[in-house]
Amino acid sequence: MTFSTMLSTMASGMWKTFLIFSLTLIGSLPLGMVVALLRRSRLAVVSGFIKGYISIMRGTPLMLQLLVWYFGPFYLFGWNIANWRFPAIILGFVLNYAAYFAEIYRGGIESIPVGQYEAAEVLGYTKTQTFMKIILPQVIKIIMPSVTNEVITLVKDTSLAFTLAYAEVFSLAKQISASQSSFMPFLIAGVFYFVANYLVEIAMARIEKSMDYYK
Amino acid sequence: MILEMKNIEKRFDGLEVLKDISFGVDHGEVVSIIGPSGSGKSTLLRCATFLETIDGGEIIYMGEKAAHTDANGSAVYASPHEMKKFRKYCGLVFQQFNLFPHYSILKNITDAPIHVQGVSKAEAEENAMALLRKMGIEDKANAYPYQLSGGQQQRVAIARAMAMKPEILFFDEPTSALDPELTGEVLKVIRQLAEEKMTMVVVTHEMPFAKAVSNRVLFMDGGVIVEQGDPRDVFDNPQEERTKQFLRVFER
Repeated sequence: MTFSTMLSTMASGMWKTFLIFSLTLIGSLPLGMVVALLRRSRLAVVSGFIKGYISIMRGTPLMLQLLVWYFGPFYLFGWNIANWRFPAIILGFVLNYAAYFAEIYRGGIESIPVGQYEAAEVLGYTKTQTFMKIILPQVIKIIMPSVTNEVITLVKDTSLAFTLAYAEVFSLAKQISASQSSFMPFLIAGVFYFVANYLVEIAMARIEKSMDYYK
Repeated sequence: MILEMKNIEKRFDGLEVLKDISFGVDHGEVVSIIGPSGSGKSTLLRCATFLETIDGGEIIYMGEKAAHTDANGSAVYASPHEMKKFRKYCGLVFQQFNLFPHYSILKNITDAPIHVQGVSKAEAEENAMALLRKMGIEDKANAYPYQLSGGQQQRVAIARAMAMKPEILFFDEPTSALDPELTGEVLKVIRQLAEEKMTMVVVTHEMPFAKAVSNRVLFMDGGVIVEQGDPRDVFDNPQEERTKQFLRVFER
């Protein structure tokens, strides 16, 4: 197998990796905010449930969670899981990353001085206006470095889909390497992850810079 | 009367912070509240501006009850819809300014009139520029709060409160976070508002200012109004021993 065939074979895996990455962000970034707000609920049942959820998501390996989401329906309910592989991967990643993002958001929300809420209240802003116009923009600026960290970790974590034999970059690299007795696929995968994260860094730095106009 | 507060009670975790406080503010009047820290001055202001809820008593704005004590002895506030109206009557300037750091100076002043009161953008901006001119910082309209000195920030905060066209403006130690040289410029603005007959209640430690600008002074200690009256009487001829003791500290 020539280098170029190897590369083109792996290209489909790169696309699949990108799919996991982007769908996870699209799902978990907003879901994390919902989780963070529920975590702050005054209803003990709600905040307690959310605390438990976050604790489990952070306290067990993502690899194990993926296995549970994929095989769970079959072992528990005897369902046919033939077409369940990809949804299970996305579900596992989204729920896991939402928990991490929720804690980042919570830290950001709690770091906004109470005076900001009070000033908004005295000026007559509604609770929703206060959050959307006053609090959230400041939170986003504060949490950007932590979010960048998490997004970079996600790029690398996509390789965990290998556990469910999903043909993303890492799974393909391992497969081709074994069949061709070549080390090259791993090098290609390594360069791919690195370049992907380099692009993430550039994009996130731009976003951070766009919020540099105030302190 | 713009504001009447009657028999106000406030407790924090069982600790009585305000004990049966009553006072009123007339149209165009400037009232200074002085007293040691922990005396309840700021809490009183926060109750008047609805940042804290009272445990008993009555808050009456423009002759209408915003809060009263029911038959069971607990405080009841007007409906959320009516409270919007009462909130509109009062403005508050904080010790720490509390400007919105991500908004330009102009947007800090115009955003609430536009999005809370429904004023047109053009009208809100015109009004904001007039206020900034009055505060002597019209050149800062497009700057951000972090680019301004503390004194300038506090003047923006005053303009922001004024832009809502309140009936009464409260100041919670407006110069306590400022260097002495910046204190003057903020006090000058408040004095200017007093000359224009803006109704104001100022919690302050600036005794010469309180004496010169206010029509009435309240001395608070331990959650009660110990003494009140004309500033000349309270400052130059205090009747209560506690007042004398407190004012002596400022004479050094």
